[in-house]
Amino acid sequence: MSAAPAYSEDKGGSAGPGEPEYGHDPASGGIFSSDYKRHDDLKEMLDTNKDSLKLEAMKRIVAMIARGKNASDLFPAVVKNVACKNIEVKKLVYVYLVRYAEEQQDLALLSISTFQRGLKDPNQLIRASALRVLSSIRVPIIVPIMMLAIKEAASDMSPYVRKTAAHAIPKLYSLDSDQKDQLIEVIEKLLADKTTLVAGSVVMAFEEVCPERIDLIHKNYRKLCNLLIDVEEWGQVVIISMLTRYARTQFLSPTQNESLLEENAEKAFYGSEEDEAKGAGSEETAAAAAPSRKPYVMDPDHRLLLRNTKPLLQSRSAAVVMAVAQLYFHLAPKAEVGVIAKALVRLLRSHSEVQYVVLQNVATMSIKRRGMFEPYLKSFYIRSTDPTQIKILKLEVLTNLANETNIPTVLREFQTYIRSMDKDFVAATIQAIGRCATNIGRVRDTCLNGLVQLLSNRDELVVAESVVVIKKLLQMQPAQHGEIIKHLAKLTDNIQVPMARASILWLIGEYCEHVPRIAPDVLRKMAKSFTAEEDIVKLQVINLAAKLYLTNSKQTKLLTQYVLSLAKYDQNYDIRDRARFTRQLIVPSEQGGALSRHAKKLFLAPKPAPVLESSFKDRDHFQLGSLSHLLNAKATGYQELPDWPEEAPDPSVRNVEVPEWTKCSNREKRKEKEKPFYSDSEGESGPTESADSDPESESESDSKSSSESGSGESSSESDNEDQDEDEEKGRGSESEQSEEDGKRKTKKKVPERKGEASSSDEGSDSSSSSSESEMTSESEEEQLEPASWSRKTPPSSKSAPATKEISLLDLEDFTPPSVQPVSPPAIVSTSLAADLEGLTLTDSTLVPSLLSPVSGVGRQELLHRVAGEGLAVDYTFSRQPFSGDPHMVSVHIHFSNSSDTPIKGLHVGTPKLPAGISIQEFPEIESLAPGESATAVMGINFCDSTQAANFQLCTQTRQFYVSIQPPVGELMAPVFMSENEFKKEQGLQGGH
Amino acid sequence: MIHSLFLINSSGDIFLEKHWKSVVSRSVCDYFFEAQERATEAENVPPVIPTPHHYLLSVYRHKIFFVAVIQTEVPPLFVIEFLHRVVDTFQDYFGVCSEPVIKDNVVVVYEVLEEMLDNGFPLATESNILKELIKPPTILRTVVNTITGSTNVGDQLPTGQLSVVPWRRTGVKYTNNEAYFDVIEEIDAIIDKSGSTITAEIQGVIDACVKLTGMPDLTLSFMNPRLLDDVSFHPCVRFKRWESERILSFIPPDGNFRLLSYHMLSWDVGKINPQKLPSLKGTMSLQAGASKPDENPTINLQFKIQQLAISGLKVNRLDMYGEKYKPFKGIKYMTKAGKFQVRT
Repeated sequence: MSAAPAYSEDKGGSAGPGEPEYGHDPASGGIFSSDYKRHDDLKEMLDTNKDSLKLEAMKRIVAMIARGKNASDLFPAVVKNVACKNIEVKKLVYVYLVRYAEEQQDLALLSISTFQRGLKDPNQLIRASALRVLSSIRVPIIVPIMMLAIKEAASDMSPYVRKTAAHAIPKLYSLDSDQKDQLIEVIEKLLADKTTLVAGSVVMAFEEVCPERIDLIHKNYRKLCNLLIDVEEWGQVVIISMLTRYARTQFLSPTQNESLLEENAEKAFYGSEEDEAKGAGSEETAAAAAPSRKPYVMDPDHRLLLRNTKPLLQSRSAAVVMAVAQLYFHLAPKAEVGVIAKALVRLLRSHSEVQYVVLQNVATMSIKRRGMFEPYLKSFYIRSTDPTQIKILKLEVLTNLANETNIPTVLREFQTYIRSMDKDFVAATIQAIGRCATNIGRVRDTCLNGLVQLLSNRDELVVAESVVVIKKLLQMQPAQHGEIIKHLAKLTDNIQVPMARASILWLIGEYCEHVPRIAPDVLRKMAKSFTAEEDIVKLQVINLAAKLYLTNSKQTKLLTQYVLSLAKYDQNYDIRDRARFTRQLIVPSEQGGALSRHAKKLFLAPKPAPVLESSFKDRDHFQLGSLSHLLNAKATGYQELPDWPEEAPDPSVRNVEVPEWTKCSNREKRKEKEKPFYSDSEGESGPTESADSDPESESESDSKSSSESGSGESSSESDNEDQDEDEEKGRGSESEQSEEDGKRKTKKKVPERKGEASSSDEGSDSSSSSSESEMTSESEEEQLEPASWSRKTPPSSKSAPATKEISLLDLEDFTPPSVQPVSPPAIVSTSLAADLEGLTLTDSTLVPSLLSPVSGVGRQELLHRVAGEGLAVDYTFSRQPFSGDPHMVSVHIHFSNSSDTPIKGLHVGTPKLPAGISIQEFPEIESLAPGESATAVMGINFCDSTQAANFQLCTQTRQFYVSIQPPVGELMAPVFMSENEFKKEQGLQGGH
Repeated sequence: MIHSLFLINSSGDIFLEKHWKSVVSRSVCDYFFEAQERATEAENVPPVIPTPHHYLLSVYRHKIFFVAVIQTEVPPLFVIEFLHRVVDTFQDYFGVCSEPVIKDNVVVVYEVLEEMLDNGFPLATESNILKELIKPPTILRTVVNTITGSTNVGDQLPTGQLSVVPWRRTGVKYTNNEAYFDVIEEIDAIIDKSGSTITAEIQGVIDACVKLTGMPDLTLSFMNPRLLDDVSFHPCVRFKRWESERILSFIPPDGNFRLLSYHMLSWDVGKINPQKLPSLKGTMSLQAGASKPDENPTINLQFKIQQLAISGLKVNRLDMYGEKYKPFKGIKYMTKAGKFQVRT
């Protein structure tokens, strides 16, 4: 397979059939003929029936393509093999076809039917590959075929094929942009796709085809946010970047109220890097300062985006980290942006190209938000091994970060840098010192003295750079620095760098009254060497001469005339021009009197000191992390980052309508189809926790009440809180983790437990405890949690008089945000929520329908398909008495086989049950074909306890240990009764 | 996104080109050569070079420039990250990534590149998946292929791409099941003239070599997880679990991968006996005849300490769920000097 052996092997093969020509033509020794020869022989190999020969030929052809050699004349011979049975030959033919189809359109059409057949193949991978190649053939005539294929693939059952369809969209668009409208329809359809596989690719297509159609995103916004963590890295980058733009058009600026208390916030911000940086003090000020303003409350969807992207700061991919960082920079409240600094600093350990890009962005950020990177100042210290371009960027960041407090440290660092052997870097350091000196008044003299010392440096470049910087500094306070100017004047004898010479001359001219004796002498010397000077120096000599003529014409009149005469005949027309102009201006003549009277004012007007600014200033009007930002110029296809809207557009556009009656089945379907692997199983279509989860709604109402006092700060603070709580909630919703979560809570409540863990660990860190203690604490939790809740749900009431509040809890993912939330305690565990689910009864649903099986509710996982080697098992409590035994609860077990082999002999094996609990096994399922699912009913008598029923699930080859633990609510039988009956019953209970 | 890729060696030869959209003439590289000339050193070639119609984004590794050509706005790190992933993939496939190796395996390289991008957008970049699609060459397979004319392309279809665990190939089987973890820490430090430490920080990684049958679900816990506050994870790590319990829970990719990397800002030297201060001594000699440098040079230190993670990080235990067999587990610690510089 390597090129060399391939060739020799081919020689061996040439001894075989049909290779007589090789030795025939001895005259064909030239390169061209042998080339021609080889192609001929390749054609023959392609025409044989032997796959090995075809393969060899294709390999050689692909090697030619890889080296950039033209192999287009082989097209007819190659395209014939498009239907070859051998997979590798076929693949290489595809490679060839995609490369040359554009040049050989007519012949390429011969291959189309093969792909059309492939599109109908029962195997999803073949369908996908056919679409991929078909859409890569850039032949305009097949546009309708491609369009059709894409449309069909977009509705394919396989998410992989749908992904390929998404990839094909930009290909077709670049081939024929007239298809845009139709393609947008396909994009819209694919955007609604709920699988992580498709998400990244379709957003990519969206960005290439119709980035302006922001309205297509509304309905999918929450889903994209929730899926994000499971999307592959490349997709994440594209989605985050798109969502940044989206958020800028849909939400209000989180900093709008902050601008008032800028200073206040800034100080607090520097004080600590924590999110909670803002103390109560600033809140009060805010409340006082902006009583008239409408309080800012962050849109829950805005918060959702920030919350769901934050974990990605820990991605291994630098591109993802940068994408999140720019999102936070552009969208987060000031107090929260700080979190990105640490992640960005971590990237500085990566490859130098990554460092280069990250530092560019840090440079821009550090101008706007200096405080953010200050704690990491030392991470930007420069090492002698850094490449020069990295050194210069680090220097930029260090300069941006320098302030009154850290300037001594920074200057000490700079001092080391000046001794570097990398002269470009030294020059940049001197510039940096200059900038520090202008920005921080306190150190101006120190810096100036340092720079003057550099004037005696051995290296001319260092001296020159220092002169240029000193010139700029002196302009700020020339009066005190006559000595330095004298010193500089002496340098004209030695220093040869034109820029430095020009700077010195300008200084002397500008401040000639400070050095009245030296100035004419300098002019004399310069007049002498005028012809040998560089152009910029010549211009400054003219300038100096003019200024001296105006102030000290007695001594310099002749010199000036001499210089001007020399300049008049200079080769450079700029200089000739300048000389004439100057002469007219300063030398009084008969006609042009008006101007020359003001010559002194023109030449010696006080000039504003130059401002030394970072070249990264204001670069943040480009979206950070973008190519345009890096180049500081708009790249083709760059999408402008819009300004925040004044008024927030209607947030309800993001609500996803889920009709009441489809809720359950919808949820079920999702679990069946594509359970997000690692993300929390929060409803992807559910509205943003604004009303669905208790802790959120509590703090939400909190923030509302506090913000009534008129403070934007306070709302962002409470946002933080609810973020934490939300995270907790998110964790809890993963069923396996809810237990652990409960465990932690129990631990907090039962301090003695803590003693068991090692003493250095506290609270949540005692994760090293063994699994046994987990078990015990779990059962403890079961006892503890309901107790804490008992004021709301009396556990004794069998036929649960469920109130409105409780039904709200039940609706979890699907309650529309408009419903006013209640504020129950924040510690509701999910197991409790599940309990309540069983209790749900509202007035409206108090109808016999309740007695019918509610099969979709609360489907729980018994065996994950990964753990079960393709066998996934879920269970639901059907809420019907078990037919065999009235004491048993009937449990529906759903099996589905996602492996590619049938699973045989599914049955329950040797249950190990606690006392009192018994099981009625389900009849053995003989065989479950791949992709199929089945449901069985089993009965369990939990003996009115919440202890788990542990048993084994056996197949012919494997055994899985599983356990079903019933929520309290599932142990109760639903009873239909009227209100009166209920009251009577309640009275009875009270009596006891 | 990514239009084309050119591989250029240090003498300026384009020895491989691959186009994912219509062909871009290799003359576009002239702009790159210009920049290269201006930069004098390879490491100073700007990673992003604008040209009138294209943008050239490049990385330099193993004495090869990987130059990507793009035409429209795209986050530069997206492209740079991808190029590094390409290099890592080559290294994974061939053991080393060098010009001769790439030239020898040009067809495999081309096939791999073909799978990695579709229309310039990354398609399959996990090396587990790629290896299922295109088998890496081994000596044995090369011999067999030459004799039988069989192929490198996997004959089964790449089911991994369809799995919920896209980083792990399916149907993995080993006779010896083993999982090794290397905790490697590097100390980055700058020591100034007087011997005081200006900065010192630790960069750590946990590299894993996991060869386990089936679909093992692993958890790795630490004795002192609180040391880790600035971490980045392989996508296989369940983030929520880490957040809540400080346990690394993951279904590993097959083979070698970097599980996690972490960064600690301060380096605590710990207790040092003042009577017996540890010291490192060295001498520096100038090459005979070479002129004395203008300034005192910076000295880069290299050292290694086996069986010690300088941060004190300790793995507590590794558990496996989902499979029945008992794997062989091993853990190794190492500390080395990273960018350890002494200014003189």
